[in-house]
Amino acid sequence: MNSIIKIESLSKKYKDAEMFSLNDVSLEINEGQIFGLLGPNGAGKTTLISMLCGLIKPTSGHFTINDLDYSHHAAKIKKIIGVVPQEYALYPTLTARENLHYFGSMYGLKGSDLKDKVIETLDLLGLLKFADKRIETFSGGMKRRVNLIAGILHNPKVLFLDEPTVGVDVQSKNAILDYLKVLNQNGTTIIYTSHHLAEAEDFCDTIAILDQGRIYAQGTPSTLIASVEEARNLEEVFISLTGKDFRDAI
Amino acid sequence: MLYKIWMSIVKEFLLLKRDLGGLIILFIMPLILVITVTIIQDSTFKTVSDNKIQILLVDNDKGSVSKTVFDNLQKNNAFDIITQIDNQPITEEVAKENVYKGKFKLAIVIPKDLSVDLQAKVDQNVQNIVSKMGFTDSIAEPKTSKVLQQKEVKLYFDPAVQMSFKTSVMNAIDKMISQIETKSIYTTFQNQLGEENAQFEQKSFITFKEIIPRINNKEVLPNSVQHNVPAWTLFAIFFIVIPLSINIVKEKSQGTFVRLLTNPTSNLIIIIGKTITYLMICMIQFYMMVAVAIFLFPHIGLPSLNVEGHLFLMSVVALFSGFGAIGFGILLGTIASTQEQSAPFGATSVIILAAVGGVWVPVFAMPKIMQIIAKSSPMNWGLEAFYDVLLRNGSFVEIIPKISLLFLFFIITTSIALFYDKKKRTV
Repeated sequence: MNSIIKIESLSKKYKDAEMFSLNDVSLEINEGQIFGLLGPNGAGKTTLISMLCGLIKPTSGHFTINDLDYSHHAAKIKKIIGVVPQEYALYPTLTARENLHYFGSMYGLKGSDLKDKVIETLDLLGLLKFADKRIETFSGGMKRRVNLIAGILHNPKVLFLDEPTVGVDVQSKNAILDYLKVLNQNGTTIIYTSHHLAEAEDFCDTIAILDQGRIYAQGTPSTLIASVEEARNLEEVFISLTGKDFRDAI
Repeated sequence: MLYKIWMSIVKEFLLLKRDLGGLIILFIMPLILVITVTIIQDSTFKTVSDNKIQILLVDNDKGSVSKTVFDNLQKNNAFDIITQIDNQPITEEVAKENVYKGKFKLAIVIPKDLSVDLQAKVDQNVQNIVSKMGFTDSIAEPKTSKVLQQKEVKLYFDPAVQMSFKTSVMNAIDKMISQIETKSIYTTFQNQLGEENAQFEQKSFITFKEIIPRINNKEVLPNSVQHNVPAWTLFAIFFIVIPLSINIVKEKSQGTFVRLLTNPTSNLIIIIGKTITYLMICMIQFYMMVAVAIFLFPHIGLPSLNVEGHLFLMSVVALFSGFGAIGFGILLGTIASTQEQSAPFGATSVIILAAVGGVWVPVFAMPKIMQIIAKSSPMNWGLEAFYDVLLRNGSFVEIIPKISLLFLFFIITTSIALFYDKKKRTV
């Protein structure tokens, strides 16, 4: 398989921070993978995704997406990536349809293509009958699903998902993950962060465990479980690699 | 790109439409502001006021001078002269106490024997002059000169009254006293020289007349409306800073701004969308205020705004003032992290810009250093451009420097906002 994301010695140290949030990370993500980035709070998952999406700049190191360097081809990269942030990045007083029409148009979609795509995805995620209701009236699960649609309207080649199922009911979680699997089958590479280890074990085909800005382990869920003695699931692998200490930090 | 800008405008209008309270504040409050301020300030432009100022007059003289003062003040419709309280003549002590307690704005105390002593002083002076001129044979022998003390008309002001009111009252009384003195001198000369030798014309020889500019062969008389509507319209236009900065801060806190940063859409397109939307709002505000000033003001006892031949240039000034306000709003929204930062800062900074720009106090009346600062206030550029058009009959060429400064201000503030945002993301 071809590598769609190549990361070489990527580091990030925030201004005034004592430690690196991401420290010399190198990684290759293949086309068509569902790649899970797991780690405790403050491990560097969101920092890594934010850099890959172009939201923040690395302190050092280099990465390419689809063989394009961000510093020279930011606009081209933005066209092929989709981002689903952890918070509901939607306008609460606009309806689901209005939000999606707006964000879709910012990806260059327009006319009937945009309208049809909005209807199709809302329908697939069970939200069509609420299309003209304001987001502020939606439940957490409904907002999550609209949040996801806003990131995939343009059929991205690479999709970044930051905790896409946090705080939702089982039905919404299943709808989201099922839809993501369909997207993946249609060729979208998915990079996903989560604290739900059981969910990640089922959903991802490759996982990297990050802690303190470094990658501690990488592989398929089964190889990671096999690599740790007496581990029966990913959670035990995770505890074994990252320890039981709290990661509280201010 | 055009479609993206169009969709940004649609989105901004939808957001505004859904915030009914905000929309009312955006359009109704400026109208209330311009109506209220114009009504209040209109009285200072009027020569006849419905609300008379009560003045206490303490007459210790009871002669011709105090009668003249009383008559002249009575003739002035702005004042209501009070000489008695509880059917008792007012003493200086009573007047002083009432004025210092704020019950009355002003008390005038006319000293004892003012009329008699003034006449005596004038007689002395005239006799001296006449005798030096050799007319002593034909008139009575000069009496022995009595030493007369200078007389003092005392004024007591309520400590809360403004300096401008004090100054104008003092000037009016000074003028009145001078006229009385002059009249006494003329009359005495006339008496000394005999009616047949001297017939003095006692009317002022020198008068003054204000020559009012004429536009299209019509006199343009400045009034409160011509001054206030442009000033407060500009003030309202700059208040767009608050909703615009809140809009930007909200986008950051909602996460929608982060989503937009990951889209293949430049930040410039988002800013163009906001600029066009809020410019339209500024122009709607402007036309609403002008419409109120033309059609509503005459029904509430105010003069109508005369925009004859000026509306196009006024619209140009409003448009560029809108650019200035929007640039400031974008910068503030970009730098502020919370609405608690942007809203109070936006409101106070607009008030400061208005004060510095001459919306309340004319720039020429400010201290030298403030006059220099005023020249760097965008609100001053807008205000001067409005006055050029509306009061000085200026042409487009004359407003070019001011509207160029406003546009430059927009470019600079927006560029700083874009640069700041980019810099912030390299943390």
